[in-house]
Amino acid sequence: MAEVLFFLAAIGAVAGAVGTVALRNPFYAVLALVCHLLALAALFLLLRAEFVAAAQVVVYAGAVMVLYVFVVAYVGGQDEPLGRAGGAGLRLASALFAGALFVELSIAVLGSGLSALGTEGAPLAGVTGEAADRGFGTAAEMGRLFLTKFLVAFEVASLLLLIAAVGAVILARRRSGLEDPREISVADVMRGSGGTRIDAPKESMLEAGGPANR
Amino acid sequence: MSMQWYLVVSALIFSIGAAGVLVRRNPLVILLCIELMLNAANLALVAFARMHGNGDGQIFALIVLVVAACEVAVGLGLIVAIFRRRLPIDVDELRGLQG
Repeated sequence: MAEVLFFLAAIGAVAGAVGTVALRNPFYAVLALVCHLLALAALFLLLRAEFVAAAQVVVYAGAVMVLYVFVVAYVGGQDEPLGRAGGAGLRLASALFAGALFVELSIAVLGSGLSALGTEGAPLAGVTGEAADRGFGTAAEMGRLFLTKFLVAFEVASLLLLIAAVGAVILARRRSGLEDPREISVADVMRGSGGTRIDAPKESMLEAGGPANR
Repeated sequence: MSMQWYLVVSALIFSIGAAGVLVRRNPLVILLCIELMLNAANLALVAFARMHGNGDGQIFALIVLVVAACEVAVGLGLIVAIFRRRLPIDVDELRGLQG
């Protein structure tokens, strides 16, 4: 049973990956990546990583892909024109490179001589005592690890998310000419010019919210 | 299934993603292919975590998930900024850094 599920999920994941690379319309490429992510979540479940699979589906296939779809719709998901700059030669060289990379990675992994590679993983059923209560890959175990052993990594990850969110807002804000007095610059924010912001709260909200109606 | 199968699938997905980064010209699709490569690394990490019966590899996979989300946010912000300056959405035509 596990074999059948593994091959179904693996074929789905590889097919989604090929679709992402091969489909010419970016919109369909995003949808193929969603299929790939769902199949990958099934593989994670087969590996007993319940929480990672749930995070994969909710965060990745849910939130991040919706963001992608919105940006594709905003930028315009036109088909990529065929036969320019490089063309068949580049495609052949890329396929050769990918094949060589696959062979090399397979040799590196399978030839590493790890004795556990041929097994189905460490035994989990026979675990007793405290470890059996915690479980393997459950949300409780992940939370315990995050707040004890990997607390620094957890905090750094939250800081990284904050920096990325602020950076994305600053990058994607309106820049229709610097003469626009409503433009928010980083220097203004640093100087703490609160007085001018209070004068025009509606306009300053529009800066981050996309195209203004003017 | 033995661990080798998972690792081979991971290597295959990574190679497909690398080929996509080389072949495609739309920066949106290049970002998608980088996602593919990060996911392949995630699959290998989770497989190794299962191999050792230890949750640490899954924590690593979750951190990779966070980094991928940050990369998407900044990358899509860059693409939106490029689009607003009326520049072509094509990496072959965006070779100059002087803007």
